[in-house]
Amino acid sequence: MNISIRTGLASLAIAATLVGCGKKSEDAAPAAAGATDAAPAAAAPAEEKVVNVYNWSDYVDPAVLEQFTAETGIKVNYDVFDSNEVLETKLLAGKTGYDVVVPSASFLERQIKAGVFQKLDRSKLTNWSNLDTEILERVALHDPGNEHSVNHMWGTTGIGFNEAKVMAIDPNAPVDSWSLVFDPKHAAKFKDCGISVLDAPSEILAAVLTWKGKDPNSQSAEDLKLAEDVLVSVRPYIRMIHSSNYIDALANGEICIAVGWSGDVLQARDRAEEAGQGVVIRYNVPKEGTIMWFDMYAVPADAPHPGNAHEFINFMMRPEVAAKNSNFVNFATGNAAAVALVDESVRNDPGVYPPAEIKAKLFPDLAEGEEFTRQLNRTWTRFTTGQ
Amino acid sequence: MIARALKRVGITGRTLVTAVPYFWLLLFFLIPFVIVLKISFSDAQISMPPYQPLFAWIDEKVLQVQLNFANYAFLVEDNLYWKAYLNSIFVAGVSTLICLLIGYPMAYAIARTRPSTRNVLLLLVVLPFWTSFLLRVYAWIGILKNNGLLNNALMSLGIIDEPIRMLQTDFAVYVGIVYSYLPFMILPLYANLEKLDLTLLEAAADLGSRPWESFLKVTLPLSVPGIIAGCLLVFIPAVGEFVIPTLLGDPGMLMIGKVLWTEFFNNRDWPVASAVAIALLLFLVIPIMYYQRAQDAESGGGLHR
Repeated sequence: MNISIRTGLASLAIAATLVGCGKKSEDAAPAAAGATDAAPAAAAPAEEKVVNVYNWSDYVDPAVLEQFTAETGIKVNYDVFDSNEVLETKLLAGKTGYDVVVPSASFLERQIKAGVFQKLDRSKLTNWSNLDTEILERVALHDPGNEHSVNHMWGTTGIGFNEAKVMAIDPNAPVDSWSLVFDPKHAAKFKDCGISVLDAPSEILAAVLTWKGKDPNSQSAEDLKLAEDVLVSVRPYIRMIHSSNYIDALANGEICIAVGWSGDVLQARDRAEEAGQGVVIRYNVPKEGTIMWFDMYAVPADAPHPGNAHEFINFMMRPEVAAKNSNFVNFATGNAAAVALVDESVRNDPGVYPPAEIKAKLFPDLAEGEEFTRQLNRTWTRFTTGQ
Repeated sequence: MIARALKRVGITGRTLVTAVPYFWLLLFFLIPFVIVLKISFSDAQISMPPYQPLFAWIDEKVLQVQLNFANYAFLVEDNLYWKAYLNSIFVAGVSTLICLLIGYPMAYAIARTRPSTRNVLLLLVVLPFWTSFLLRVYAWIGILKNNGLLNNALMSLGIIDEPIRMLQTDFAVYVGIVYSYLPFMILPLYANLEKLDLTLLEAAADLGSRPWESFLKVTLPLSVPGIIAGCLLVFIPAVGEFVIPTLLGDPGMLMIGKVLWTEFFNNRDWPVASAVAIALLLFLVIPIMYYQRAQDAESGGGLHR
């Protein structure tokens, strides 16, 4: 959910948010690009024993944080968010007070350009060699040279479905293909059963374009129009367009198909199992290919405790710590040394760690230009509201 | 002594007291408003903060001020914004009407009961505020969903065979808004109706007026200020409502709060988002001014009596 405050008067809430940034706009804005690559401050011995972390909700094993504090004496102030947009808005306003934040790579890519992050000091990241070189290469498309970030988890965007309900309606339903959702012929059958789509324009665009055999990261108006036509044609059959409500809805049988993030669908699967009502949720990576996304540790340029931030990230790069987190959240870690330590049930789950032939079909969701972003979001509004 | 010194420069206790609300408005309304107004004349760019500065010094001598009106022109060019404003006003208007139809009899009944019961009833009206607004909206998801309380109850009573889809419909949004804002309708109406001079009704009865006639000719006209206050307290927040349509409504429901969110968070276009907010504010200022005039009329009427 994106809402933590009562936005009865949305305009006032926005006004309040803007207060914090208004005063520094005069001096900071033009110099922003220059500040990008400011050298990370040396870990001053005077640094307070605190690290302020801002991460996705339910994204680390809490025991790991306790262990970090026990070993280093550094207290972890741990705040959570649940959308990249909320994090980005805070980061762009500046002076967040956070030392470690965890944006997705496609957002990080743009934030680096805006001068939000400092370069990481590799000499303090002694566990760097544990990282998976393939993931490093893929991430480098977003963060050139892996200078600003370290991977925490990665996953895919795919299709979660309620096996019994879908099979009851159509035993031959193409559950391994985007056709299930984007082909009106198939989607229409599941209208009453309930289809949910992520409220993530850029990812859904990429999925539609892949399905149509186009470049998923295309920024051409023609391809956008093509995708819009596809989306509009299936709009009548889509009930929810939301990025987190589908987890519960899928688990309790309210909807039967969801385009969602791997770990979230698996969370729905686990919740359904716990509820014990016989709901079986499955997650498939569509055969046409899909997005491989990355959530990255990064340190804001104005972080108050950069030394502790590096220590925290380095701790998270330990194989046993990364494995614990992967077990806890059902997402894949970008830490090669950790994979062997991950529980077998998680490690062998193709929904979490896809086999090589599927991995070959995964592609990055690159950041779009400003003008295309506006066109895309306008298209998205036309898709969701018909206006 | 201090008082005398202040008085010499023209500051009396009275001005100090009135200064407090003005200071409050300045701090929490005017200054944020000016900042948003400033941003609305800027242009988006990838930086921190994500818009161009309005003022720039050229050679440290010339102050250059760039005002960009394109954001406002943009709101007019694309019919999305107009439709979103109009639809929000429509949704808020219908919700306000339903609140009035439910709230008026409730306020009337509370005002007419014995004082001891009255306090209990008023407490019950305010009681929901003790739980988080967000939790209460989530509770409606549990009530309205396909295998939720309402559908299950209707099915076990044999009234329906198949669950009726209520969640993610406009119906759910109206339920949510009316439920959430009903107390804001009841309380001002109650405050007004409770003050009503019952001797006026007795006089009307003495002159041969039937109860419904004296209601229409005495009670209702006298309660107009309460109706206006209640309607504005419901209407204004409902126009900008974001949470309820997002959680309960169909994703296709076009509301200005959602458009504002998209501009600010998804497009990262703070200038256009600010322009949307300023335009929304202007839309809302008109009913507030109307309310102000109605209030003035009421206090004027009071003097005549």
